[in-house]
Amino acid sequence: MTARLLRVAVYVGAAVSTAVLLLIVGFVVVNGVPSLRPSLFEWEYDSTNVSLMPALVDTVLMAALALLISVPVGIASAIYLVEYAKSSSRFIRAVRLTTETLQGIPSIVYGLFGLLFFSTLLGWGLSLLSGACTLAIMVLPIVMRTTEEALRAVPASYKEGGLALGAGTVRTIFRCVLPSALPGIFGGVLLAFGRCVGEVAALLFTAGTVAQIPDFAGQGAFALFDSCRTLAVHMYVLASEGLHISEAYATAVVLLVLVVVLNGGANLVERKLDSRNA
Amino acid sequence: MKQESNGQALKEGAAKWLFGAAAALSIVAVALICVFLFANGIPAMAQIGLPDFLFGTTWKPGSGMYGIFPMIVGSIYVTAGAMVVGVPAGVLTAIFLSRFANRKVAAALKPGIELLAGIPSVVYGFFGLMVVVPFVRAIGPGNGLSLLSASLLLGAMILPTVITVSKNALDAVPKSYYEGALALGATHERSVFRIVVPAAFSGIMASVVLGIGRAIGETMAVVMVAGNQAVIPGSIFDGVRTMTANIVLEMGYAADLHRGALIATGVVLFVFVMLISLLFSAVKKRGELK
Repeated sequence: MTARLLRVAVYVGAAVSTAVLLLIVGFVVVNGVPSLRPSLFEWEYDSTNVSLMPALVDTVLMAALALLISVPVGIASAIYLVEYAKSSSRFIRAVRLTTETLQGIPSIVYGLFGLLFFSTLLGWGLSLLSGACTLAIMVLPIVMRTTEEALRAVPASYKEGGLALGAGTVRTIFRCVLPSALPGIFGGVLLAFGRCVGEVAALLFTAGTVAQIPDFAGQGAFALFDSCRTLAVHMYVLASEGLHISEAYATAVVLLVLVVVLNGGANLVERKLDSRNA
Repeated sequence: MKQESNGQALKEGAAKWLFGAAAALSIVAVALICVFLFANGIPAMAQIGLPDFLFGTTWKPGSGMYGIFPMIVGSIYVTAGAMVVGVPAGVLTAIFLSRFANRKVAAALKPGIELLAGIPSVVYGFFGLMVVVPFVRAIGPGNGLSLLSASLLLGAMILPTVITVSKNALDAVPKSYYEGALALGATHERSVFRIVVPAAFSGIMASVVLGIGRAIGETMAVVMVAGNQAVIPGSIFDGVRTMTANIVLEMGYAADLHRGALIATGVVLFVFVMLISLLFSAVKKRGELK
């Protein structure tokens, strides 16, 4: 009797989770797909076309810039942790503790910090650069953790082989260890990209909400100091104004597609890794 | 015998130093975040008076009253509500995936759970606004922007965290435990719930603590469905404002002491999150000791 009850409870729990998933995805797709109009993809945003194209471009720019900062630092940190450090040292424990701390900090706190440090103290204002730097700190632990896992999964014989052939430590790392960890690292980069795509709270007060593509052609590098809104911020603005609900649905579809593509990519990489290690 | 030219030794040394410097950056980042948050928040707390700030029940920046007690209570209520909604469903789903589902079903659900984890919180918020809020409006008093809506929505948002971490814990229980129980004549269900689940208990607790961290830090989704009145809610159908919502709603236009009070709200939130992560480490350590 209890056995049957427990079984029913388990199935109900699983059904609830599945229902939540189907409900949210179904809601977005059913309402969003009919709202996709060609005018939403015009290059210039104005209040009549409510184009999401600038926000889409800004999303890619923002995420790319954040990753440009955070990926090299994250990979270098992970290399230090795996290849150089003695795990007992105080420095390593501090690095691990702070990385875990970074992972737990809510995005609104990152937003506050970005506002105080990048926008105000450094005087970058509401800009692409402030936003990207804030995001870079936010995704650093993701890059570090996935790279560390990927490096640890590389068989020790690769490193030993490199060293035995007379290569130095640096050469061994870059020629023997890192290349075979590359797919795992790439998976982590996709995860970090996804986190950047979905972020709002950290960007509202660092990058602002101006619906424009920074004018790199006209202003060169100074366009880094232009305010811009990513897709997620765009969607938040539309939803909270309440004037452009169908456009908000359409934006949700585009966001969902981005997330599915990024997740799918990360999964594909992971599966490749599994089949190779097997 | 080691034969290294001077140049090579220099290169090796420089590389090691460079990698170490990169690793030190996360320490620098946390230090900077703490310094800037505390340096801007603590003076405001001092000016308002710490008891008035933490336990004052009136938040009226216009008249110089900065009590964040309703927001602290709001964050705790919303987080607790999310746990009530999300933890049972999440843990049961993890048990299903780990011990009940056949391979095909589990393989089909896995990308779904990952998708749930990847959906941006603003999309959850929008879903909440268009679906959950009208539902709550239909079943109870008020306009639907409420503690209940926020709890239901956050409950859904923590599902992937609870499911993934609990499932990993359940999967890590040695096969012999389950088989031993079966061999003693227990049913499949009894073996799972009496042997496997208790063995994975610390991992399941860790998933709950992670869920708490996610729920208390969530901002955009909560802002969109909670109503955001800065008063302690009297029922689950009343509106509620969390600490995160307080910051995001007013930071755009706040100045002077008001701005300082919002940053100080961030400090309180930060302290809460640190306590939760201490709790997480403690739970994890207890699991490892066993």
